[in-house]
Amino acid sequence: MSVEAPSRLTPIGRVTPFRAQRIWEKNFIAYRRLWKVVFSGFFEPVFYLFAVGIGVGALVGDVPGPGGALVPYAAFVAPAMMAASAMNGAVIETTFNIFFKLKFQKVYEGVLTTPMQPSDIAIGEIGWALLRGVLYSTAFVVVMFAMGMTRSWLAFLAIPAATLVGFAFGAVGMAATTYMRSWQDFDLVTLVTMPLFLFSGTFYPLDVYPPFIQNVAKISPLYHGTELLRGFTLGIVDWSMLGHTGFLLVMGLVGAAVANRRLDGMLRK
Amino acid sequence: MSENLVEARGLTKKFDDFVAVDAIDFDIKKGEAFGFLGPNGAGKTSTMKMITTVSPITDGKMTVFGLDPNTQGRAIRSRLGVVPQEDNLDLELTVAENLFIYGRYHDMKKSEINPRIDDLLDFAQLSERRDSRVEPLSGGMKRRLTIARALINDPDLIILDEPTTGLDPQARHLLWDRLYRLKRDGATLIITTHYMDEAEQLCDRLVVMDEGRIVAEGSPRQLIDEYAPREVIELRFQEGEKDGAALKLEGIANRSEILADRILLYTDDADTTQERLHNRGIHPEQVLVRRSTLEDVFLKLTGRRLID
Repeated sequence: MSVEAPSRLTPIGRVTPFRAQRIWEKNFIAYRRLWKVVFSGFFEPVFYLFAVGIGVGALVGDVPGPGGALVPYAAFVAPAMMAASAMNGAVIETTFNIFFKLKFQKVYEGVLTTPMQPSDIAIGEIGWALLRGVLYSTAFVVVMFAMGMTRSWLAFLAIPAATLVGFAFGAVGMAATTYMRSWQDFDLVTLVTMPLFLFSGTFYPLDVYPPFIQNVAKISPLYHGTELLRGFTLGIVDWSMLGHTGFLLVMGLVGAAVANRRLDGMLRK
Repeated sequence: MSENLVEARGLTKKFDDFVAVDAIDFDIKKGEAFGFLGPNGAGKTSTMKMITTVSPITDGKMTVFGLDPNTQGRAIRSRLGVVPQEDNLDLELTVAENLFIYGRYHDMKKSEINPRIDDLLDFAQLSERRDSRVEPLSGGMKRRLTIARALINDPDLIILDEPTTGLDPQARHLLWDRLYRLKRDGATLIITTHYMDEAEQLCDRLVVMDEGRIVAEGSPRQLIDEYAPREVIELRFQEGEKDGAALKLEGIANRSEILADRILLYTDDADTTQERLHNRGIHPEQVLVRRSTLEDVFLKLTGRRLID
């Protein structure tokens, strides 16, 4: 038995300032065995794409895209599926999964007795949700590309854009999780994400609504995400996309700041 | 020369108006097994959380390894091994992976961690469960894994918060045996417990805590000698006879404690006391003579039992 090895394994000098990647490392080890779960995240939007984009699209025909030009319905709805999937993926990862680790397994309490600190956990877990998101959106763009649903090479910019959507929702999801008391509170998560999914210009252009309702819908962060992605995959880029980007960025940063502060208060009592 | 790894003066922890730890002083020397004995709610865990830097100090001063917990938390934690009260093993990982990732949290290289995992699994008697998931392990195995995990970084100070609470006797003894080995090999241990046998067996020195304060300090033997006579006679009576007997105890022993279910007589000479009982016509249903323990010390100091 050599537990009493005399050499110091972790001298003070080796305390690095940034350790969020350790959380990724942990999740990577765990997910190696959970690859089926990982796949499900890819198939969900693809199934929607086939059912709604191609199935319903056959009945609908062409619809007016950004700027008013007519585009096939599948090409219209595909980027919205991608944005919604980025939202859902990030929200599930940072609400259900984090809540379970936080409240039931108390995993983080243990982690914080090592040199890790709350910000490492917040950044690590949100970052992990993004990493998964990048994987899914890349696969999705490839599928869209193969099926001729992209109109421009700019479509690949939809990958970082979807990552931004994931960041915005993941950060806010994590912040929300720190306020959750029981599983019942998670009904609220569905209550928020479901209407966002349905009414953010996902399945039809917002201008079917009267102007007042259009303005309400524009508060939806998913609307900004959908518009951003649609612009890229259809190759119709204008200045409004800066606004969409800014909206999502601010939302993500505020969410991350709140999550970090709340987590610190919860874990370091 | 003895070096203090932890020094606390007036250490205080408040949660809003509630004072969990009330201005306590203590020093923990290198190489000793130091105990915090007290009932639930005495402030033991709050004290541990301040030492492990996960709970900010409300008032007073403390150094750990000579460092300030408020500003040098990471550096302190890199030299600690912490075994929390509740197992918080990562259920998504296997036994070996739980050790591995803690090594990574401590910024150890893979080449440093892997040989160490073998040693620690051996130490924790879990080598055969190496690739098992954590969930199906028994309570004792989970505790041993948690201890092994705390040792991954070869800590200078090992903190165990109620290490055997909730374990069956066999698992407790196995765990104590492992902790003995650590002690024998020169580790510095801090142990909190509400089991007096655990404190007696493992601790070189301990403080007795009650309601956030330290009420006594010393080695287990010193405390027993100081606060409790050598022997204890426990008397149990038939329904309704206890109160009558309690009236006739004047001068029969050094001291008596009347508890809900029995009477304790503290004495330096059990034989004489038993003779006196007989002479006074006190006939308990059951008589047990035993050596006095830390539980008796606690009872003397606070008027309450450690575990209700």
